[in-house]
Amino acid sequence: MHETLSDTFSRLASLDREVFAIAWLSLRVSLSAVLIGCLVGIPLGSLVAVSRFPGRSGAVGLLNAAMGLPPVIVGLVVYLLLSRSGPLGPLGILFTPAAMVAAQSVLVTPLIAALTRQIVADAEAHLGEQLRSLRLSAWRRAGILIFDVRFSLLTAVLAAFGRAISEIGAVLVVGGNIDGFTRTMTTAISLETQKGDLALALALGLVLIGLVILVSMAASLLRAYAARAYG
Amino acid sequence: MDILRRSLLSLGLTALLAGSALSGPASAEPQSTITVASTTSTEQSGLFKHLLPTFTEKTGIGVKVVALGTGQALDVGRRGDADVVFVHDKAAEEKFVAEGFGTKRHAVMYNDFVVIGPKADPAGAKGSDVTAAFARIAAAKAPFVSRGDRSGTHAAELRYWKDAGIDPVAAKGGWYKDVGQGMGPALNTASAANAYILADRGTWLSFKNRGDLAILVQGDKRLFNQYGVMLVNPEKHPQVKAKEGQAFIDWLVSPEGQRTIADYKIEGEQLFFPNAEPGKS
Repeated sequence: MHETLSDTFSRLASLDREVFAIAWLSLRVSLSAVLIGCLVGIPLGSLVAVSRFPGRSGAVGLLNAAMGLPPVIVGLVVYLLLSRSGPLGPLGILFTPAAMVAAQSVLVTPLIAALTRQIVADAEAHLGEQLRSLRLSAWRRAGILIFDVRFSLLTAVLAAFGRAISEIGAVLVVGGNIDGFTRTMTTAISLETQKGDLALALALGLVLIGLVILVSMAASLLRAYAARAYG
Repeated sequence: MDILRRSLLSLGLTALLAGSALSGPASAEPQSTITVASTTSTEQSGLFKHLLPTFTEKTGIGVKVVALGTGQALDVGRRGDADVVFVHDKAAEEKFVAEGFGTKRHAVMYNDFVVIGPKADPAGAKGSDVTAAFARIAAAKAPFVSRGDRSGTHAAELRYWKDAGIDPVAAKGGWYKDVGQGMGPALNTASAANAYILADRGTWLSFKNRGDLAILVQGDKRLFNQYGVMLVNPEKHPQVKAKEGQAFIDWLVSPEGQRTIADYKIEGEQLFFPNAEPGKS
C-alpha cells in the first residue's frame, strides 16, 4: 500500500496532456448533461410542486424513485436506442461524446427534477397561499418560486454534477471508452485498474476528486458573489 | 427581464458546451474514421497503440477501437455499430460470417494462452500439457479464476475443461470462481486470491499487479490463440464504411502490417505472431 502511494505521487507529477484531455472531456460531457438536466428538470420539478392534479402523489413518488436509476441500465437503454439497429440509429452518434451526454442527461434530469420539486414545495409552503391569491398561473408561480430558491437549487445542480462525473456504467456502454475520443476519467481509471497499474489508477482518481472539488468550489464562489450582488 | 436574460445566458452556455462536446477531440481529425470492435486482450496489451499511428499516417484513416469480450464485440458488429471486427474465437467468427454479418474472415496473427498460478504451485500443474494441468488443478480443488464473460479466452478455457473431462460449473462457488469480467480484472482477482487462471500472454506480459503469480504452463499447441478480422457486411448495414474498413484489413494482412505486428514487443518479448495468408481466409 505504501509503495503504491509513493508511486502514485510520482505518477501524478508526470501526468501529461493526455490526462488533461481526458479530464476536459469528462468535464464538458458532465456539465453539458447537467445543463440539459437543468433546462428540463427545474421547470418540470417546480411545475409538479405548484400544480395540483390527479395522480400527483404518484408522480412525486415516481420522480423520487427515478433519482436511483442505475447508470448501467440507463446506458444499456440509450445504447439500444442509439445503436444502428435501434430507432435512433440513423443519427450515428453511438460511441461518441454526444451519446455520453444523452445518457448522462437521462440520468441527472430526474435527480434535478426531484430535488427541485422538494425545494420549491418547501418554499411554496410559505408563499404559496399569497401567490395563489394573486390568481397567477402555475407557470408564473413556478417562475417566482424558482427565483426565490435559486441559491438552494445550486445544491441540486451540484448533486447532479457529482452523479454525472462519477458514474461509469452509462458512459462505458454508450461511449465505448475509445482512446482519445470517448475515454473519460472514470473509464480510464477502470482501464488502468484492469491493467493492474494501480498506482496510475489511483493518480487518476486523485485528479478526478480534485476536479469535483474545483467545480463545487467555483459554484460556492459564484453563489457568494451572486448573493452579494443580488441579495 | 432579469430572469429572461439569465435563461438566455444559460441557454447560450448549454449550446456552447453541448457544441464542444459534440465536436469531438480538439486535435486534427483524420479525413475519415472507422470503428473497430475488438477484444480487451489486444487493447490492453498495447498492440493498437503500436499499430494504429502507422496505419493512420499511411492512409489518413483514423481508427477508433471499442474493446470488449469477443462475444460482445461480434454482437456490436451484428448490430452494425462497428465497421470492422477483430477478435479471437474461430468458431464464433465463422458463425458470424456464415450468418452474413461479416463479408469474409481473414487470419491475422496468433498469440498463445498461458496457465498462470502461484509460484509455489500447490496443485502441481507446472508443465507443458494444458489438459493434464487442468485435471490436477481440479483434483487438488485449487482456486481457479474464470473469465466467465463469453470472451475468446473464456471459450478456450471451457474447451480445455471439456478435454480434461471436468465440468467446472459443478464447482462454481467453490474452488472455481466465475468472475464475469475482462482479462485484467480476472488477473487482479487471481493475484489477490493466489489462484490459477488462463490468460493470453499479451495481457499477462503487460499486467503489472502480478503478486505471487507466474507462468506455469506454456508451449502446448492447444494453447494457440488465433486472431481473425472481418468487415461488417455493408449489405446488412449500409452505413458501414466498407472502403476504409477493407483498407484497414488489407493493411493488417499486408507484409507491412504483418511486420508492424511482429515488431511489437514488451520487455524484449514479441507478443503477437503474424500468420496471415494473402489471398486465403
